[in-house]
Amino acid sequence: MNNELKNKDRIAIPRVKMPELAPDYRSRCYEEVQQGLTAEQALTEAQRCLNCPKPTCMEGCPVGIQIPKFIKLTEQNRINEAAAVLKETSSLPAVCGRVCPQEKQCESRCIYHKLNKEPVAIGYLERYVADNASPQSPVQIGDGCPSGRSEIKIAVVGSGPAGLSFAGDMAKRGYDVTVFEALHEIGGVLKYGIPEFRLPNRIVDVEIENLKAAGVKFVTNCIIGKTLSQDDLQQSGFQGIFIGSGAGLPNFMNIEGENLSGVLSSNEYLTRVNLMGANRPDADTPVMYGKRIAVIGGGNTAMDAVRTARRLGAEQAMIVYRRSEEEMPARLEEIHHAKEEGVIFMNLYNPIRYLGDEKGRVRQMVLQKMELGEPDASGRRSPKAIPNAIETIDIDVAIVAIGVSPNPIIPQAFQGLQVSNRGTIVVNQDNLQTALPHIYAGGDIVRGGATVILAMGDGKKAAAAMDEQLTQRKSNE
Amino acid sequence: MNKIIQKEYLSANVVKLVVDAPLIAHARRAGHFVIIKVGTLGERIPLTIAEADVKAGTITLVVQEVGKSSRKLCALQAGEYITDLVGPLGHATHIEHFGTVVCACGGVGTAPLLPIAQAMKQAGNRVITVLAARTKDLIILEREMRQCSDEVIVMTDDGSYGTKGLVTHGVEEVIQREKVDLCVTIGPAVMMKFVSLLTKKYDIPTVASLNTIMVDGTGMCGACRVTVGGKTRFVCVDGPEFDAHQVDFDEMMLRLNAYKEYE
Repeated sequence: MNNELKNKDRIAIPRVKMPELAPDYRSRCYEEVQQGLTAEQALTEAQRCLNCPKPTCMEGCPVGIQIPKFIKLTEQNRINEAAAVLKETSSLPAVCGRVCPQEKQCESRCIYHKLNKEPVAIGYLERYVADNASPQSPVQIGDGCPSGRSEIKIAVVGSGPAGLSFAGDMAKRGYDVTVFEALHEIGGVLKYGIPEFRLPNRIVDVEIENLKAAGVKFVTNCIIGKTLSQDDLQQSGFQGIFIGSGAGLPNFMNIEGENLSGVLSSNEYLTRVNLMGANRPDADTPVMYGKRIAVIGGGNTAMDAVRTARRLGAEQAMIVYRRSEEEMPARLEEIHHAKEEGVIFMNLYNPIRYLGDEKGRVRQMVLQKMELGEPDASGRRSPKAIPNAIETIDIDVAIVAIGVSPNPIIPQAFQGLQVSNRGTIVVNQDNLQTALPHIYAGGDIVRGGATVILAMGDGKKAAAAMDEQLTQRKSNE
Repeated sequence: MNKIIQKEYLSANVVKLVVDAPLIAHARRAGHFVIIKVGTLGERIPLTIAEADVKAGTITLVVQEVGKSSRKLCALQAGEYITDLVGPLGHATHIEHFGTVVCACGGVGTAPLLPIAQAMKQAGNRVITVLAARTKDLIILEREMRQCSDEVIVMTDDGSYGTKGLVTHGVEEVIQREKVDLCVTIGPAVMMKFVSLLTKKYDIPTVASLNTIMVDGTGMCGACRVTVGGKTRFVCVDGPEFDAHQVDFDEMMLRLNAYKEYE
């Protein structure tokens, strides 16, 4: 259709701008901030891709999506085929299109950087394709899967991004896959963690429905290691187990006053709103409201929490971060959105103490002013306290978003796993196999707190490795 | 969805529910708890398992109507369903032959103490139970407790049944008359605090089972955190039982009220 379009013309097209809700409107509701590209925008943006013979963008993708292939199909408006390309490698394209840090991955490797131009909006296009493909283009179930695979039962622990990605890939290969979820909802961090205004639950549900259509079974309210033991799984005939139980345990700073009421983890705050619907008048779960809400941390979760606080009516929703904005781990887009929505950034401040009233409620936080010193192990300039530069500010609620540790339930309950002193499950880096040959693990239970896409990449890698192991065993029999 | 098989009022606002939950009945040990949720937009609340019948595939929950969510649960009838039920959670009680074990329970705390008293008895301990409540009508599970205890001392605040006085009076009476090797206490936080202060005075190891605010019950939210021995611990994954002498009960009581003004 646009075969005659010359590279010169393609390069001349400016990068598309994602339509967004106006900041003053969206900071009062939970509607998705980014509205998605229109068909015209998407098809035009797709023309920008030069279909490089050696697509470096793909090297930046943790799951190796055939990026030029799906974009060129999009350019020709063959959306269902483009979606099929995405689904060859990613079980959750609509999710990845929204929450992947593309600017650090695929888009950071785009040829356009060499031309001093903005990269192709790969993430926006991925989202466009995933959202606009016909719902009946299900996960591709591999034709000619070796017979007998459907008799092999595989258990997945946790229905977050690692587990879903693993489950999708194993179902594609023809295995009998059951996903066990501890909570009452499927989706893990995609449901309890990431807010509706960034990743609507209905998008996650579409992906889950696709997996169900591909034969994946889901069991909610079932905690492996508690409700069902390692032995129970074995006796039920599960031949392979993938652990994707996530980094459930919130970290605290262990400073004075941190157990006052009104000081809570971002996990608690976000779970109350995202999973339990605490912002809805018809929900039973309460959430803390306040005029002055401080969120401690500079990652994506901190941005999610502070933007939620704005939506719950905080007049002053503050980020308190011990380094400068440059070192913030959050996506630039999230920082930008937070600023647009009126979030106050208190960078180079570190809380050292909380002060409460006679009822044990937090009222103030004592902050140490920081400055940047030499780069530390992470390569970021490490913050140092400025002597005697201490400030006290009034707050109603403090939300601690400084990271998470691996959930201890599986490491405690399973015999024979190797567990690091950080509480992560130790795996063979090449195939994600644990010390127990039939058990694989991936995502945050191995990484200790990373991203959705890395977890999904792990699920994919583990599925390939487990499949190979099971296939080999079968042929040796 | 878990079906309620049987419902019975133990007192005016305390309900006993026998619930179909075969996997939990099979996996649970004394000291474990579950999280329940009633309705799609219900709240997740923790409840300690009182009894379980592996053969029938049921667990027994004892619920006191104290807030919106417990009222909703108590309003369910036999034959109806609990929307979500998950467990067993927490660490099971450490059971061994200690010698003489005093079980000090107050009000609805008797329900979670029952399986512990039973297990302690089975492990060969001499079990003395001090059953306390404000008034006679609020004494629950006395018959069941008598079956697994060598002695039951009933205390009521108003003297309407048993001896007039607080749970601590009953416990102290036992301590003064014989050697006590372990005390296990479950009840309102303030009660556990005073039992703990008492046994500390006599240097008797004491275990308290804490019932704090929780959302997920699996370590995710941290709403349940308590200070034990100067360190922050999570009741859901580190507890629910702790060395009572190390627990900061004052802080725990304040934290229990964290959401009062938002409900």
